[in-house]
Amino acid sequence: MSEHEYTPKSKAGKWFNDRLPLLTLGAHLTDYPTPKNLNYWWTFGGILTFCLITQIVTGIVLAMHYVAHADLAFASVEHIMRNVNYGWLIRYIHSNGASMFFLAVYIHIFRSLFYGSYKSPREVIWIIGLMIYLLMMAAAFMGYVLPWGQMSFWGATVITNLFSAIPLVGDSITTWLWGAYSVDNPTLNRFFSLHYLIPFLILGLVVLHIWALHVPGNNNPVGIDIKKPSKDTVPFHPYITIKDAFALLVFMIIFAGFVFFTPNVLGHSDNYIPANPLVTPAHIVPEWYLLPFYAILRSVPDKLGGVILMFSAIFILFVLPWLDTSKVRSAVYRPIYRQFFWILVIDVLVLGYVGAMPAEGIYLVLARVGTIYYFLHFIVVMPVVGFLEKTDPIPMSISEPVLSGGAEPSVARKVNEKI
Amino acid sequence: MSKEEKKVNRRDFLFTASYTVGAVGVGAVIWPMIDQMNPDKAQQALATTEVDISSIEPGKSITVLWRGKPIFIKKRTSEEIAEARAVKLDDLPDPQKDEDRVKDGKDEWLVMLGVCTHLGCVPLKDKGDFNGWFCPCHGSHYDVSGRIRKGPAPTNMEIPKFEFVDSNTIKIG
Repeated sequence: MSEHEYTPKSKAGKWFNDRLPLLTLGAHLTDYPTPKNLNYWWTFGGILTFCLITQIVTGIVLAMHYVAHADLAFASVEHIMRNVNYGWLIRYIHSNGASMFFLAVYIHIFRSLFYGSYKSPREVIWIIGLMIYLLMMAAAFMGYVLPWGQMSFWGATVITNLFSAIPLVGDSITTWLWGAYSVDNPTLNRFFSLHYLIPFLILGLVVLHIWALHVPGNNNPVGIDIKKPSKDTVPFHPYITIKDAFALLVFMIIFAGFVFFTPNVLGHSDNYIPANPLVTPAHIVPEWYLLPFYAILRSVPDKLGGVILMFSAIFILFVLPWLDTSKVRSAVYRPIYRQFFWILVIDVLVLGYVGAMPAEGIYLVLARVGTIYYFLHFIVVMPVVGFLEKTDPIPMSISEPVLSGGAEPSVARKVNEKI
Repeated sequence: MSKEEKKVNRRDFLFTASYTVGAVGVGAVIWPMIDQMNPDKAQQALATTEVDISSIEPGKSITVLWRGKPIFIKKRTSEEIAEARAVKLDDLPDPQKDEDRVKDGKDEWLVMLGVCTHLGCVPLKDKGDFNGWFCPCHGSHYDVSGRIRKGPAPTNMEIPKFEFVDSNTIKIG
């Protein structure tokens, strides 16, 4: 992986490294040449790693006290909250941790969209990232079912029923997923098993994600290919580690704010009512991070059509590297695309908002307009703008705009001040 | 040349045979792993429920649990039956006569799966634009026969297999 040869100093180190080159890997990760202009939007990879580890550690602890049985699950969660030492803290970290995980992943994804990090030669990183995102949604959904409250039960019912839209075999698949004729104890049991499995699948994919990243190296805000190592790069440690650590600290303050001051603000109060298969709550809403997709699902007045469109909204992202025809990566040098990027951000936020509202009147209209724009953005805007847009001149190197006082004025000004 | 070809063919045969046997073996192992997720014997044992319907007043309904799902049992008034039968089949997204949804001679008894055919929520009774049921999840309206009239649900609410054991008892399943 590393371009240069690494030899451990000590004899024991050399002996070990010849048999398993872990020290070479460590040296590679330490010295890994990183573009020197990475801004704070690039710190979310490290933040996401922290989120994953937090979820795994707190999850393993919760599993020591939780009981995956339809009659006992709800009570065991309350037992964790009231009786287990620091159970309330661990559970609130885990439940809010899921939200923080998604917050970070959305910023990470939109950063990639803005700076063109999904483009050649980084398509595989992007696709592995999307697989992680899909697994995250599956894990989050199944985790939400485990407390066996009303939202757990009916969320599970609605989501598993999505599969019943499949022609011919839909009902058999749904029954197979349930292990019963409705969401029931077997469903809860298997969801718990899978909820425990998925984070480790994600961990494996994260290793591949980082491995694939280390082949071409990081993209950067200027979006140009750079020589590595060169005057455009800095070693990962200590430059990036310290920057990531600072960003993580700020992130943890926000995280702690939720955990200690408003631990239930992102949840739904109906989930503190035990699951009742006879009564559906008046308003079923998924967790906030799934709302845009929920809005797309509801915007279609047809069962199969809605399900297909909702899944398409995610799967279209997989072919994004080939839908974007522009050779320029960074939106900093793409004046037209940049505007559409922000329209997409607003569009997704609007979809998220209407996803939380009842599917009627103005909300339904907004959901439909939002859904149409979402798909137009990827299918029409990205290919067409890539062809037609006159991009701004891109610098030859990361150092160039700084030294010539050009493209990135804020950076240039800082240098001038020093002089 | 021909000798060599013959040798290759023998090897091809061995490859194909090995792959085939291997695939059957893998399939034989995978199927139990998949089928274990289907409803087990304990779940299947819950297949029938007997319900006493003697105390239901005309126009009222009760909800019972069958296979973990709610069953609506409604004793309809003659006006409600008339209303259901007056609907033109052309007005229905999933055309079905009311007569086909009840037992002959027991027209007042509507027994159906109280599960919205959209995504499985339980519709609320005496709500919606058609005097029947309304699903709060995604806004499907059902009429007094449990047929879908408006909204995203694709089909009418399902009628389970059931029979009258005697005039006061029905057996579902």
